Amino acid sequence: MASVASPSFPDYSTQAPTQHMFSPYADNGGSVVAIAGDDFVIIGADTRLSAGFSIYTREQNKLFRLTDNTVLGCAGCWCDTLTLTRILKARMQMYEQEHNKTMSTTAAAQMLSTMLYYKRFFPYYISNILVGLDTEGKGCVYSYDPIGHCERASYRAGGSAGALLQPLLDNQIGLKNMQNVTNKTVSLDRALAVVKDVFISAAERDIYTGDKIMIMVITKNGIKEDSFDLRKD
Amino acid sequence: MSILSYNGSAMVAMKGKNCVAIATDKRFGIQAQTISMDFPKVFQMGPHLFIGLPGLATDTQTVMEKLRFRKNLYELKENRHITPTVFASLVSNMLYEKRFGPFFVEPVIAGLDSKTGEPFVCNMDLIGCPNAPEDFVVGGTASAQLYGMCESLWEPDLGPDDLFETISQALINAFDRDAISGWGATVYIIEKDKITTKELKTRMD
Amino acid sequence: MSSVLCPDIPNSGFSFDNCARNATLEGKGFPVPKATKTGTTIAGIIYEDGVILGADTRATEDTTVSDKNCRKIHYLASNMYCCGAGTAADTEMTTNMIASQLELHRLFTNRTVPVCTANQLLKQYLFRYQGYIGAALVLGGVDNTGPHLYSIYPHGSTDKLPYTTMGSGSLAAMAVFESRWKPGLTEEEGKKLVRDAIAAGIFNDLGSGSNVDLCVIRKGSVEYLRTYEEANKKGKRQSSYRYPPGTTAILSTKTANIEVHDVSIQRIDTDLLMDTTS
Repeated sequence: MASVASPSFPDYSTQAPTQHMFSPYADNGGSVVAIAGDDFVIIGADTRLSAGFSIYTREQNKLFRLTDNTVLGCAGCWCDTLTLTRILKARMQMYEQEHNKTMSTTAAAQMLSTMLYYKRFFPYYISNILVGLDTEGKGCVYSYDPIGHCERASYRAGGSAGALLQPLLDNQIGLKNMQNVTNKTVSLDRALAVVKDVFISAAERDIYTGDKIMIMVITKNGIKEDSFDLRKD
Repeated sequence: MSILSYNGSAMVAMKGKNCVAIATDKRFGIQAQTISMDFPKVFQMGPHLFIGLPGLATDTQTVMEKLRFRKNLYELKENRHITPTVFASLVSNMLYEKRFGPFFVEPVIAGLDSKTGEPFVCNMDLIGCPNAPEDFVVGGTASAQLYGMCESLWEPDLGPDDLFETISQALINAFDRDAISGWGATVYIIEKDKITTKELKTRMD
Repeated sequence: MSSVLCPDIPNSGFSFDNCARNATLEGKGFPVPKATKTGTTIAGIIYEDGVILGADTRATEDTTVSDKNCRKIHYLASNMYCCGAGTAADTEMTTNMIASQLELHRLFTNRTVPVCTANQLLKQYLFRYQGYIGAALVLGGVDNTGPHLYSIYPHGSTDKLPYTTMGSGSLAAMAVFESRWKPGLTEEEGKKLVRDAIAAGIFNDLGSGSNVDLCVIRKGSVEYLRTYEEANKKGKRQSSYRYPPGTTAILSTKTANIEVHDVSIQRIDTDLLMDTTS
C-alpha cells in the first residue's frame, strides 16, 4: 500500500539537528549449497548479482578458492564479501609464510569464525559456507551466521534461497522423515544431481537466484569446476 | 513481526491424477509457545471440497464460520453442492470486501469438481487474489520451505498413493525447518469415491 | 430487521469492520502484511489496424514468486482489454467490476461502448480511493472512432498515448518502444515489438518473469494470445524424487466413502396437478 510521505514545511523548520540516515548494507542476493561425502565435498553457488529489482551481472562467481582443498562460498552483501575475502586471503598468506605450510580446512574455518566475530558490532552481512577436506581426507562443510557462529555439518544451504533448499537437503541427503531407508553415504554423482535439482527449484521461486550455477568438486586430486544453466528471468 | 506468523501454520495442496490432496500441520501456538498440538485448520466444505486457512488462528475460525454460513446459504438457494471454482470466487469476494481491514488468513482450497472430477487447487493472499495453478499451492509460515520442497518433488499425474507420499514428505520436511509449525500433520486425499484422512507421525519439537 | 435466522442483506462495497482491530494490532507491533504484488511489465501500442497489449505472467510476494503463470490482461468488454500492474487483487477486482458496469452500459445504450467511457469509469473509481487501490492499468480498445490506448495510474490520473508501459519493468519495456515504435506499424511488426518490450522486462527486471501474453484488438475482432511465447522454461530435473510406498510414517488412516451419483427419480402424477380450469 502506498504511504503518504509527510510534506516538508520550510516555514516551520527548527534549528534542531537533523539526523541523516545511511544504510551501510546492501542485499545482493545469491544462494550457496554444499554437500560433503566420505572423500569429496561439493559446493555450488548461483552467479546472479542483484539489488532490489535489478540484476547487476549474470556471471559473478561467488566461490573463492582459499587453498587447494578449501573453498568459501559467500552470499549477501557483495562489498562485504569482497573485503572479507581480501583480508582472509592476506591472513592465509601470512600463515603460510610464518608456519611454512598451507592452512588446513579446519584452521581456515576457525579463523573465519574469529574474523567474523571481530566485527561483532558492525558485522559483515554475509552468509558464508566454507568447505574442504579435513585432516583425514573426509569432506567437511562449515556454515556461519554473520557474526561468527560456526557449525560443522555434512550438508548446508545458505543465502537468499536457503530456506527453500535446506528442507530438501534434509530429506534427500540427511534422509530425514523416511522409513525403510538404509543409511548409506551419498555418492558424488548423487550429490551433484541433488545440487543441480535444488537450484532448479530455487530459481523457480526465488527472484534473486538464477542465470547459472558454478559448482566446485573438491577431492584429494584437487578442485574440479563445473557449471549449469538456470532460468534467466 | 508479521501477524500472519503469530500462531504458526504450514499447509499445502497438490493436484494428482483424478485426485487432489491437502495437508496441514496441527500446531496452535502463541509465538514461540506451543498451546495445542491438535488444532484444526483444514475444513470440509462439501463432499469433495476442503479449505485450509493458515494465518491468525482467531481469523481462521471466524472466516471458517462465515464461509460455512455463506456456503450453506448457497446450497439452500441452489439446492446443489458448491463446486470448487464457485467456492473459490466466494472466498475471494468475501476477503476482498475487507480490502482495507483484512482478515489475516491466506486460504488454500483443494477439491474435485463433483460433475467432471476435475482436480482443483487454489490459494489466495489475505485480500483474496486467487491463484489456481496446474501443480500445487502452499500457505502459512513455512511457505518458503514448502515452495522449495514442492518445486522439486511434484510431478504430473501422481496416483493417490504416490501423491500421499509426495505431499507428506513435502510438508514434514518443510515444517521441520520452521520453528512455529509442525507438531503432527493431517493429510486428506480426495478421490471421486472416497476421502482418505491420514494422521502422520512427525517430530514433536 | 435482522435476526439469526434471517440476516440482513450485507451492504455492498468495502467493509471496514476489522479496521479498528487491525489498527490496534499495528500499534502493538504487528503491521498489516503485504498482499501479492504483480511486480510487472505491461505494455501497449497502437498499430495500423488497432491495439496490441502485452504482459508478463509473474506474481510476487516480496522476493518469492507466488504465481508463475498469472493472467494480467483482463477482459473489460468484447472490444476492450486492460493490463493490470500493482496489487494483484486490486487489478483483478477493479477490472471485473468495471467490466460488469460496461456490459450493463452496453445493454442500456445498445451500442459498442467507447473506450473513453471505460477510461472515465476507471479513473473516477480509482480517484475516489485516493491511490489506496493500488491498480496501475494499461487500457486498450477499438471503438467506432478507432483504436485508443490509455495508461491509468493508481491515483486516478490518465494519459492517452500511442504507446505506453507500466509496472516495475516499465523502463526496460519503454526503452524498446522509444527506440523502435513508429506510426502505422503492421500487425506482425507490432506483435514483435510488444513481445520484445515484454521480454526486456522479463529478463532485466526481477519483478517480472515467465511468459509473454499478448492481446491483439482489431476493429471487430480480438485475438487473445495467452502464452504467446514461453520465455523461460523450467530446468529439467536430474533425478526423480518419487518415494516408495510406506516411506512416510502414519499414525492412523480413516477412509470415508462417498456414494456417487445416487440417482433418485421423482415421479409427478399429472392427474393430481392443480387444475385451474374449473
